[in-house]
Amino acid sequence: MNAEETPAGETPAGERRALFLERGSYRRRRLMDAARILPVAGAILLILPLLWHSGGAESGPGPATDAIYVFAVWVLLIAGAAILSRYLTVPRAEPPRAREP
Amino acid sequence: MDKRVLLVEDEPNILEAIRFILSRDGWTVLTHSDGTTAVEAVARAAPDVLVLDVMLPGRSGFDILRSLRADGTSAKLPILVLTAKGQDRDRAMAEEAGATRFMTKPFANAEILQSLSDLYAGAQG
Amino acid sequence: MPFNLLLAIALVYVAALFLIAFLADRRAQRGQGRWLSSPLVYTLSLSVYCTAWTFYGAVGYAARSGLEYLTIYLGPTLVFAGWWLILRKLVRVGRTQRITSIADLISSRYGKSTLLGVMVTLLAVLGTTPYIALQLQSVALSLGVFALPGTTGWVAADPTATGLWVAAGLAAFTILFGTRNLDANERHPGVVMAIAVEAVVKLVALIALGIFVVWGIGGGLSQTLARIDAAAHPGWELAGGRWAGLTFTSAAAILCLPRMFQVMVVENADEAHLAIAGWAFPLYLMLISLFVLPIAAMGLERLPDGANPDLFVLTLPLAEGQGALATLAFLGGFSSATSMVIVAAIALSTMVSNHIVMPLYLARRPAGATMSGDVRAAVLRARRLSIAGVLLLGYLYYRMSGGSEALASIGLISFVGVAQVLPALMGGLFWRGATRTGAAAGLGIGFAVWVYALFLPSFGPEGLISAGVLADGPAGLHWLRPQALFGIVGLDPVIHALVWSMLLNVGVFCVVSLASFPSPLERLQGAQMVNVFERTLGARGWSHGSAEAEDLLTMAQRILGPSEARALFAEEARSQGKADGLPDTTPEFLGRLERELSGSVGAATAHAMVAQITGSAAVQVEDLLRVADEAQQIMEYSSRLEAQSDELRRTAKALRESNAKLTAISAQKDAFLSQISHELRTPMTSIRAFSEILRDHGLTVGERERYAGIVHDEAIRLTRLLDDLLDLSVLENAQVSLNLAEVRLVDLIDRAVDAASAVPGATRVEVRRDRDAEAVSLVTDADRLTQVFINLIGNAYKYCDAASPVLSVEVVADAETIRADVIDNGPGIPPGARDIVFEKFSRLGEPGAAGGAGLGLAICREIAHRLGGRIAYLPEREGGAFRVMLPRGLTRPNDDAAGGGRAVSGAR
Repeated sequence: MNAEETPAGETPAGERRALFLERGSYRRRRLMDAARILPVAGAILLILPLLWHSGGAESGPGPATDAIYVFAVWVLLIAGAAILSRYLTVPRAEPPRAREP
Repeated sequence: MDKRVLLVEDEPNILEAIRFILSRDGWTVLTHSDGTTAVEAVARAAPDVLVLDVMLPGRSGFDILRSLRADGTSAKLPILVLTAKGQDRDRAMAEEAGATRFMTKPFANAEILQSLSDLYAGAQG
Repeated sequence: MPFNLLLAIALVYVAALFLIAFLADRRAQRGQGRWLSSPLVYTLSLSVYCTAWTFYGAVGYAARSGLEYLTIYLGPTLVFAGWWLILRKLVRVGRTQRITSIADLISSRYGKSTLLGVMVTLLAVLGTTPYIALQLQSVALSLGVFALPGTTGWVAADPTATGLWVAAGLAAFTILFGTRNLDANERHPGVVMAIAVEAVVKLVALIALGIFVVWGIGGGLSQTLARIDAAAHPGWELAGGRWAGLTFTSAAAILCLPRMFQVMVVENADEAHLAIAGWAFPLYLMLISLFVLPIAAMGLERLPDGANPDLFVLTLPLAEGQGALATLAFLGGFSSATSMVIVAAIALSTMVSNHIVMPLYLARRPAGATMSGDVRAAVLRARRLSIAGVLLLGYLYYRMSGGSEALASIGLISFVGVAQVLPALMGGLFWRGATRTGAAAGLGIGFAVWVYALFLPSFGPEGLISAGVLADGPAGLHWLRPQALFGIVGLDPVIHALVWSMLLNVGVFCVVSLASFPSPLERLQGAQMVNVFERTLGARGWSHGSAEAEDLLTMAQRILGPSEARALFAEEARSQGKADGLPDTTPEFLGRLERELSGSVGAATAHAMVAQITGSAAVQVEDLLRVADEAQQIMEYSSRLEAQSDELRRTAKALRESNAKLTAISAQKDAFLSQISHELRTPMTSIRAFSEILRDHGLTVGERERYAGIVHDEAIRLTRLLDDLLDLSVLENAQVSLNLAEVRLVDLIDRAVDAASAVPGATRVEVRRDRDAEAVSLVTDADRLTQVFINLIGNAYKYCDAASPVLSVEVVADAETIRADVIDNGPGIPPGARDIVFEKFSRLGEPGAAGGAGLGLAICREIAHRLGGRIAYLPEREGGAFRVMLPRGLTRPNDDAAGGGRAVSGAR
C-alpha cells in the first residue's frame, strides 16, 4: 500500500496513523539520501577552485580568497553533517525492508 | 393449594419487593441471600419454583444452577434466573446451565408473576 | 628558554600522560569510567590522524606549496561527513565480527585468509615505518631547535641519540598500556584517554600560536590575508592533479591507516559516537588547519631565507621572543608525534602478532601441542616483541634516511602505500563478488607498483634504486622507469605512483574477482559483511564438532584468562540447558568460541587453533575449508531460510501480541460495562418494583411510607453511583482542576468522620485519633482529600465486623511528606484481593461485601495520584489498613494529560 498517495482527508482514523508512520520513514529515507549526497557535494565544491585557476598561474583570485572559500565549504560540510547526524541518530526501528546498497 | 417459591437474592430491597408481589398473589415465599449455602437451602425448602439471582456473594448463580441440575432431586425444578447484567451472553450462559426461564432486571411486577405461574403450571401439568 | 628546563617540562608532561593512562585504565577496569568512552573522547582520539606531519609539516608544506596542505584534511573531512556511507558500515562490521585490525578485517572478509592477513600486515609495516621515523625525526628536530638558542634553522644537538631515547620511551609506554592484558575486544582505555589529552594539547598549541601570529604580530585578519597573498610564490598555484589526487589519497588513508582503524573501529565503544564524530572530527581538522597558512606566510616573511619551514611553528615564536609559546608548541608537536607512534605501534603489533608471529608459532608446533604452552603468554610476548620491533624499524629507517626528506613527502609516500588496501576494503564491504584471489592479486600489484615507483625511489638517487635505473629503467627497459611507467612522463611522482598503483590495483582486483570463484567460507563472510545491516548473525565457521570440551576450555583459559573462559563455558552450558558441567561442542558453540578467541589472536589464528583441537588438525585454512565446504553451502542456504522464517515468526508474534492486547482491552471493556450495568440495574429494580406496588391500591399507610422510603434510598444510591462514575472518569481523564490551599489535616479528618457517620454501622465503631499528630498543615485540595478520608473511614465502618469495632487514624509527618494510616480491627482484605482492591468494582464477587459500587477505593487512588501522593494497602497490619502518602507542599499536581480535556472545577 502506498499511503503517501492516499488523500489524508478520506482515510479513516486507523489509517491516518499508518500514513504518519510512512511519512516518518519516508523522511528518514530522504535524510539517508542526504547523508550520502553530502560528501559528494562537498567533493564537487572542493574541486571548484581548480576551475577558476584553470587559466594558468596568473588567473583567478589569490590564495587568501581560495582559503576563505575552502574554509567556508568546510564549515558548511561540518554544519550539514551535524544536522544530519542529529536527525539520523534518533533511535528508531529500521523498517525490515530497508536495504543497504 | 400451597405454591412454594424460594427466592435466592442478596439485595434486601429487591427481595422485599418480590416477596410482597408474590405473597399478595398467594405464594408461600421463602428467601435466602447467600450463594455458598444456596444449594442446601433449596434442598431444605423444597420449593415448587426457584427464583435465582446471578450475582450472589460467595458463589455465582450459574454455578449454583449447574449443581442443582446435577442433583437428582432438583434436576426438574423450574428455575427463573434473574440478572442485572442483561447481556445476551448471560442469557446463553443461563440456558446452558439449565435455567428454565431468564429475566433481566428491572422487570415489571406482572412479568415476574406471569413467569412464575407459567413455570408452576408447567411443572404441575 | 634553557634547554634543560624544556627537557624537564617534556618529562613532566610524559609523566602526566603515564598517570592519565594509568588512572583511566584503572577506572575502566572497575567499570567506573563511563566518560572514558564518550563521543568527545572518541573524536579526540581520532585526532591521532594529525601527527607531527600536521603539526610541523603542514606549515612547511603550506610555505612550499600554498593551499595544497589542505588536501590532507579535506579527504578525511569528506569521509567523516559521509560517515553514513562507509564508516558506519566499517564500524558495524568491525564490532559484530570482533575485528582487531585492518589486516584482520581483510583476512576475515576473504575467508579468514592467512595470505591476505600477511600481505596487509607487511604493507602496513612498510607504509608505517617511514611515518614512525618521521615522528622520531620531528621530536629530534624540535629538540634541536631548542638546543642551540638563537638559531633559526635546525641544528641537530645529537638527533640520533634523541631519536633512540624517544623510541625507547614510546616502546615502554606502548608495552605498558597497550599490552597490559589481552582484552577480548582489544580496547585500551588508558591509551585512548592519553591520546585524547594529547589531542587537546596539540589543538590548543596550534591555535594559540595562530592567534599570536594573526593578532599578536600580524596586525589582524585583513593584514594577514594580504600577507598570505604577498607570500604566494610560483610553487603555490593549485595543481589540479595533485589537489584531487591528494584529497583522494588522504580520504583513502583515513580508512586504511592501521592506527586510524585502531581508534576508529577497535576502540569504538558505541556506534552512536561515530555520528558525533561525523561532524566533530571535521571540525577538529578545520581548527587544526585554520592557522597553518598564516603561520607559514608570517614565517616566510619574518624568518631568514634559509630557515626550514617545517620548523616555523617553533622558530617563529622563538624569533619573536615568545619562549612560553614555543614551549607550548613543542609540547603540541611532541604530543602529535607520540600519540601517532603509540597507536600505530599498538595497531601494528596486533597485526604482526596475530597474522605473522602466532600462525608461525602454531604451525611450528605439532598438532595438539598447543596445549603444552601457555598461548596467552605467547600472544602477549609476541605483542611486546612486535611493538619493540616496529619502533626499532622506525628508528632504523630514521637513521638510514638521515632525516633529510621534507616531512610532507614522507607522509604522502606512506599514505599512497596504505591506500593500496582500499580496493580490497571497499570491495569487501560493498561487493559480494569480491574474492580472496582478486583481493590478493590487486593488493599485490598495487603494493609492487608503490614499492617500485614511490617507496624505493624515496631513498634518493643513490639509495636503494640506482640513478641509472631511475633514468633509464631496469636493464634499459625504458617503459619501466620507476617514475615514468609505460612511458607516461611529466607526472608528479606521487600522483604518478598513485594513479598507476590504484588503476592496476582496482583493475586486477575486479577482473580476477570476476574470473575466480570464492570458497564457501568467503561467500559466507562476504554475505555477512556486505549485508551487515540486514541481519547480524555471528560468523559461523563450524559445521560439526568432535572436539572435546575440556581441551577447548584449557585452550580458552590460556587465551582469554581462566575466569573469563570458565564464565563463557558455564554460560554456554546453561544456554544448552545443562545445570553444570561442560557444554556440548555444537557448531554454534565452536563458532562463538572462535569469535571470542579471535578478539585476542585474530580470526585466522583462532580458526586454526580451534581446528587443531577439533581434530581437523591441519593448520592451513585451505584444509579446513575443504572439510567445511559442503556444509558451508548448506549453511549459507539454511541461514537465508532461517532469516526468512525468523521474519515470519517475528511478524506472527507481533500479530499475536497485538491481538491478545486487543482481546484483553475488549474483555476489560465488556467486564466494565457489565459491572456498570449491574450496578445501575440493581437499584432500578427495587425502584421499579416498588413504584408499581405503590401505584396499586390497598396498601397500608405504614407499607406506603416504607416502600416510598426504599424508592427514595435506592434513587439516592443510583445518583451516588452516577456521581462516583462521573468523578472517576473526570479524575482518570485528568480533567480536574485542583483548588490548592493550605489546610490542617485535623480539620479534614474531622469533616470526613462527620460525613462518614451517615454510613450504616457508624455509631457502633469507636474512633481513635491523635489530634496532636493530625495538627499538621499541608497545601492540597481540601475537598478532594476529604473525599479520600470519607471513603476510607466509610469502608471501615461498613466492613469492620469485629465484636467491638475500633477505627484508628495514625498520622506521621516530616518536612516533606505526610503519612496517614486508616486502620480498623476487622478482617481486612483477603490476600488474593489485595492487588485489585484499588481497581474499579473490585468489591464485586467478594463474600460479605455490601453497599457501595466498589468505586470508592478506585476514586481514592485517582485523587491521591492527582494530589501528588499515593495510597496503598498495608498487608502487614492487623485488620484493614490503608496508608495515604501526600506531599506537604503540592506545587504542581500530577497532571499526566494536561491540556487534553476541558477543565472541570474540583470544588463540589
